[in-house]
Amino acid sequence: MTAATTSVRPIFEPQLARRKLRGTIFFGVCVAAIGLTLLTLLVLLVDIFTRGVPWLSADFLTGVPSRIPSRAGLLPALVGTIQMGLITGIVTFPLGIGAAIYLEEYAPEGRLTSILRTNISNLAGVPSIIYGIFGLALFVRALSLGYTLLAGALTLSLLILPVVIISSMEAIRAIPDSQREAAYALGASRWQMVRGAILPAAGPGILTGIILAMARAIGETAPLILIGAVTFVTYLPHPLEGGYTVLPIQIFSWISRPQDDFQAIAAAAIIVLLTALFILNALALVLRARLSAHVRW
Amino acid sequence: MNVTATEAPSVESPASGAAPPGPAIRIATSGPDRAASPAEQPTVVELQDLSGFYGSFRAVRNVSIEIKRNQISALIGPSGCGKSTLLRTVNRMNDLVPGYRTEGRLLLDGQDLYGKNVDPVAVRRRVGMVFQKPNPFPKTIWENVAFGAKINGYKGDLNELVERSLRRAALWNEVKDKLKQSGMALSGGQQQRLCIARTIAVNPEVILMDEPCSALDPRSTLQIEELMRELKREYTIVIVTHNMQQAARVSDTTVFMTMGEDRAGYVVEQGETVGIFTNPKNQLTEDYVSGRFG
Repeated sequence: MTAATTSVRPIFEPQLARRKLRGTIFFGVCVAAIGLTLLTLLVLLVDIFTRGVPWLSADFLTGVPSRIPSRAGLLPALVGTIQMGLITGIVTFPLGIGAAIYLEEYAPEGRLTSILRTNISNLAGVPSIIYGIFGLALFVRALSLGYTLLAGALTLSLLILPVVIISSMEAIRAIPDSQREAAYALGASRWQMVRGAILPAAGPGILTGIILAMARAIGETAPLILIGAVTFVTYLPHPLEGGYTVLPIQIFSWISRPQDDFQAIAAAAIIVLLTALFILNALALVLRARLSAHVRW
Repeated sequence: MNVTATEAPSVESPASGAAPPGPAIRIATSGPDRAASPAEQPTVVELQDLSGFYGSFRAVRNVSIEIKRNQISALIGPSGCGKSTLLRTVNRMNDLVPGYRTEGRLLLDGQDLYGKNVDPVAVRRRVGMVFQKPNPFPKTIWENVAFGAKINGYKGDLNELVERSLRRAALWNEVKDKLKQSGMALSGGQQQRLCIARTIAVNPEVILMDEPCSALDPRSTLQIEELMRELKREYTIVIVTHNMQQAARVSDTTVFMTMGEDRAGYVVEQGETVGIFTNPKNQLTEDYVSGRFG
């Protein structure tokens, strides 16, 4: 700032040109940030699609892995991913929402609750490989589930549970207290208040958190390597019996082979995985729009 | 604040057609919509030496009030004098505030609502509440009204109940073709009438209103006031208001509260609204109703 000029009356120095310039610079930085992000994504997508699309075919989707790239398919991995997603979702959904409701609506405010909250946030930051080790010790060995898809799904549930709990808690916390009071004032018990006022209002936010977490689970590889996901499965997986694979593992396996053709079918598999994630996100949008039809804060 | 003060309430009250002399505040002293003298009505709610504490802080001190059936009782007083606390004590809403406790007795039809075997959840069905800011649920209009009845195990026809409640809340004609739309899509005044419909759907004995018009425009305010006059034929209403004109326009009895040196709210004077506004016995009341403080 320049020093005030000597004058009898207080004056302003609008410096409009300078202020506008600053605004323009800031705008430029923001545009560059989003541009760079989109450009990176675009380069990746173009690369994957140009290499992968020629290999996409019905046979590729319905076939099983093979040593010969032109015969290789990813059905076992696709089915494995779908089963894994379903089981993970079924396990995570009630546990995550239940824990979030407890922490937001039932838990007494106190040291224990705040320690719990903090530690759940910390758990969300633990590397996924640690969950893999834990899953190996707990589900595979202690609970004797073996190297099965079920053990993998339970491990992934543990992995995304903190994220689901945190996002659900935030969705619940965003509901104004006036909604709770409205329900109580009509003679609602606490559960009726949660069921009637909290869940419908927080539903869209909770759902978004869960689907984003599911997307993360579906793309995970590291913990599953420890939980027995194998790279060459030529049959469809059974949740309780050994030998399964999922798309990211299959992709990882193909990419690590030296032949160019395997690199290309890896790209094709990435397209399939991206499509699955895209469908999941689209589903989230539709459900969210439907659930929030009546919500207008 | 509310602009309604400048609007004459003559629309509703034929009795107030002729402007009374003196103060700008008009009081409907008699007329077809004015119930019998408060003293003649039976007592529904009785507060006996009631005090409310937030932890060690006493927010309300030794309040004794009788609320009469089919009357509108207004609680007035400066900000922070404990009006809302007192109101929220009557339906045990303040039980939800950690550390809040009461002393004294609160009788509803002779039963002590703070008695040992009384469940606050059951109390709140019998003593309904309408809040300062309209707070409809993010559900359809129909669901908004039916919710309270459902959770309380209503045995009758819900469609019929929803229609009856909306009619009583003077909202039916505006929403009958869009019961499936969101309650939150309505205007502020309509939302508040929806909240009133929701409250009367559980058939409470008393309706508490905590500054129900403070978030509304003058026109909606008048509609709510008119509605209150209608509702008191069947219900007993207690309203907290910052708007003295509103208290004067709608209430039968007025309770004036203020706070003492210890910041605890207490009742200075109570009685028929006409008396409180035209002939207050206490200097504090006179200063407040004439606008000298508060």
